[in-house]
Amino acid sequence: MSARNNILQKLRSGLVGTTPRPDDFDERLVTEPWQYNPDDRIRQLRTQMEAVHTELYQVTSQNWPEKVAEVLAARNLGNLLHAPGTEHGSQLAEYWQSSGQSVELLTYDRPIEEWKDELFWNVDASVTGTLGAIAATGSLVVWPDRMEPRLMSLLPPLHIALLKASEIEDNLYTFMKRNNWSAGMPTNLLLVSGPSKTADIEQVLAFGAHGPKELVVLILEDA
Amino acid sequence: MNQRIPVTELTSTFRERATGALADQQLRTNFRTAMDSLMQKRADAFPDEDEREGLRELGNRIKARALSQLPDLLEQLEANLTANGVKVHWAETTEEANQIVHSIIEARQGTQVVKGKSMVSEEMEMNEYLADRGIECLESDMGEYIVQLDHEKPSHIIMPAIHKNRHQVARLFHDKLGVDETDDVDELIQIGRRTLRRKFLEADVGVSGVNFAIAETGTLLLVENEGNGRMSTTAPPVHIAVTGIEKVVQNLRDVVPLLSLLTRSALGQPITTYVNMISSPRKPDELDGPEEVHLVLLDNGRSGAFADAQLRQTLNCIRCGACINHCPVYVRVGGHTYGEVYPGPIGKIITPHMVGLQKVPDHPSASSLCGACGEVCPVKIPIPEMLQRLRQENVKSPAEGPKVKDGGAKYSAKERLIWRVWKTLNTSPALYRLFLWGATRFRKLTPSNVGPWTENHTAPVPARRSLHDLARNHLSGNGSAKGGQ
Amino acid sequence: MSELFYDAAPNATRVAPPRPTEREYPDKPEEVILFGTCVVDLFFPEAGLDAIRLLEREGIRVHFPEAQSCCGQPAWTTGYAREAREVARAQLDILDAGIPVVVPSGSCAGMFRQHYRELFAEEPDTLKRVESLEARTFELTEFLLKVCKVQWQDAGQPTRIALHTSCSARREMNTHLHARELLGTLGNVERINHDHESECCGFGGTFSVRMPEVSGAMVKDKTRSLMDTGADEMVTADGGCLMNINGSLDKQKQSFRGRHLASFLWERVSGEGAV
Repeated sequence: MSARNNILQKLRSGLVGTTPRPDDFDERLVTEPWQYNPDDRIRQLRTQMEAVHTELYQVTSQNWPEKVAEVLAARNLGNLLHAPGTEHGSQLAEYWQSSGQSVELLTYDRPIEEWKDELFWNVDASVTGTLGAIAATGSLVVWPDRMEPRLMSLLPPLHIALLKASEIEDNLYTFMKRNNWSAGMPTNLLLVSGPSKTADIEQVLAFGAHGPKELVVLILEDA
Repeated sequence: MNQRIPVTELTSTFRERATGALADQQLRTNFRTAMDSLMQKRADAFPDEDEREGLRELGNRIKARALSQLPDLLEQLEANLTANGVKVHWAETTEEANQIVHSIIEARQGTQVVKGKSMVSEEMEMNEYLADRGIECLESDMGEYIVQLDHEKPSHIIMPAIHKNRHQVARLFHDKLGVDETDDVDELIQIGRRTLRRKFLEADVGVSGVNFAIAETGTLLLVENEGNGRMSTTAPPVHIAVTGIEKVVQNLRDVVPLLSLLTRSALGQPITTYVNMISSPRKPDELDGPEEVHLVLLDNGRSGAFADAQLRQTLNCIRCGACINHCPVYVRVGGHTYGEVYPGPIGKIITPHMVGLQKVPDHPSASSLCGACGEVCPVKIPIPEMLQRLRQENVKSPAEGPKVKDGGAKYSAKERLIWRVWKTLNTSPALYRLFLWGATRFRKLTPSNVGPWTENHTAPVPARRSLHDLARNHLSGNGSAKGGQ
Repeated sequence: MSELFYDAAPNATRVAPPRPTEREYPDKPEEVILFGTCVVDLFFPEAGLDAIRLLEREGIRVHFPEAQSCCGQPAWTTGYAREAREVARAQLDILDAGIPVVVPSGSCAGMFRQHYRELFAEEPDTLKRVESLEARTFELTEFLLKVCKVQWQDAGQPTRIALHTSCSARREMNTHLHARELLGTLGNVERINHDHESECCGFGGTFSVRMPEVSGAMVKDKTRSLMDTGADEMVTADGGCLMNINGSLDKQKQSFRGRHLASFLWERVSGEGAV
């Protein structure tokens, strides 16, 4: 008999004569302590994210590319990975061209295997969209896709994330419900709460363990 | 460091290892400092007692609901993962699990594996198994990487290198990586980042654990702070997740409270930096992510614990480590003293099912049953009750048929006889009073050496007169001495 | 008694029992049984007698059934359930009278209130008697505070003390809260917290002889924390911890000592004892 059958049979024999326990999930326990009025929602997100070394800026859907340029200039970075196939990506590219930015724009337009070395070592920053955010824990919801692949938010030392203010939910439970995740999940779905960090040596917090050293969130207040 | 555990088989006993650990002042300071801080962080993360207790109850019920239909959920998980394109494997033993992992790597002609943090892979001793077959298996969690470099085992399930201080890490990096010795933690981490990033780039296969496997959607959920888990599950062309069969939950929404309980109980974080939910391999139009994703479901004794309704509660565990952080024994002896993969209270109750009580005969006894572990367990495993039950199984004679793997490891006819005598004494009032009379009367004859007790104490000397005596005298005035009966 | 099972099958998956609700206390009774405990009986009999005096001072008639011995805890925590059960049964027999049982030890009271039901899980008839015992069992400080609602005048000299509470007393009986509150009513007593106050002293019954190295390290840390308070003495409501802590202090040749809480309280309210 296969391992599968052996395991299942052993488990089943332990449950002979029993019935599954009822589903008595009480959603109040995961929602009620984590509710905010609209004004407090962004404040809560900000407090949580700033506590883990995230920079947040409140901008508009028009002027955010300027902020990106400013953030890059302040760090003197040479290039930026973006996704021209997305609405925000093309908006950024347009701004870049019209304002004559010197920072080189890179595009994740081929399979990882074709430019692994460059992506791993030579990309300074990336800018991606987000699906939204969760105020309670200060988490961005990132749904990588063909345009903005998974490693885009992981490999560059600086990750800039765009967040529409209207997409901030109080807590994970309401976010999940609203987006009907239980009906089907994408290849990869991420909650990102700050830059990569570790406390594995003497519990001293250090940022940039394997992923971004810095996370910058641009909140589009009018979107 | 006398805590170093070579990868070879251990021959010492728990008590011998404990003795060594207790004498190591540096080690004790490292643990005390770390555990005090972790306890404080957990306390701070749960400021509202009602909220905490409500959530713990919910967590307990979610796990119980999953366990009450575990075989069905495992099948549902398998069906949904398969539909998503993930290949599911089953292993009864760690040997089988290693064979499965090895054959997947072999099929890709892989030689380099990079691992995200996975306690199940530790359980399997996967690194050693693959190394013997010419495959390099590198840990990428900073703590795991540090202990692997020093040929050690993790001393804590969440913070593997917690037994080391920064100077020890600095020296290790200097010796093994040829870098300048630095006591700056940031710099040490950057050294690890650079070294491991190359490995992520080159690896043929990434291995990870799983925190929750969601049956409803066919999703593997992993939590981490460093990003090495995302690296291991995204950069290499193959991802193999290994997990215990108890990690399955029914619905996606079930992970909401469990996640909160896990990260707050473990490190006092509202959430980890990354919550990584993986439901399928790279789809045709996607540009990164592994081409193959495998899930290995490991039993390794878990079904043995499952068979007994009381011990089944052990499988509620979500591996947060809170019981370890709060354990007055662990904080003094450290993780290596346990000699097995899982230390502390959770190690004491799960390991016997995996390796059998003969191999860890002292595990159930290495507790004062203080109850700190059960008090903080986010899924309300009655850990002291589990220990207590394992003690019963451990002192049974072979004829009594112990119900835990290799039970009866502490069976002793002599000890059993002592407890029989104790029983007789305490169930026969006349004998008991005779004993009191003798013990008080001949109190001066109490030996000054009464075995292990007098290692730490002077011998206890009975009082001149027992309470029976004093109470009889005192109460005879008002006629109540024989009251009640 | 809370039902742990969703369905009645013996192999049904268990959930944690509901959180205990706040205990409701009866009016002060006319008579109680004192269950002295084996450790107090043999090593700290004065504490048992002081407990009787404290109860009598509240106008309660105290019975001390001669047939009592041990609650069964040592065998139970060592894994000898059968032996523990028979000893427990003997205590049940003498505590059946239906009047409150007061125990000058939180862990033994906890044994009655939390663990007898596990020992007799398969004896429905006995379980009924256990249920009755659970409802009637009180740890001494709990009884004085919550049932007798004592109003004391502190008759002692100013003193500084540290309080140690056994782990099972703390977790099963809330003895630390009761003892603190009771001590708080004594005007001349200053209670000083000690480092890692809620941490185990290392006794744990047979743990102290099965794992003497670890247990020894624990009690050494505990005695150091206690002495670091600069208190005059330590008080505790548990004989096992007291034996452990005082035995260790004696071995270390320290002059600092612990004392049973019952004796300390009696001294304060009666004005008897050392000045």
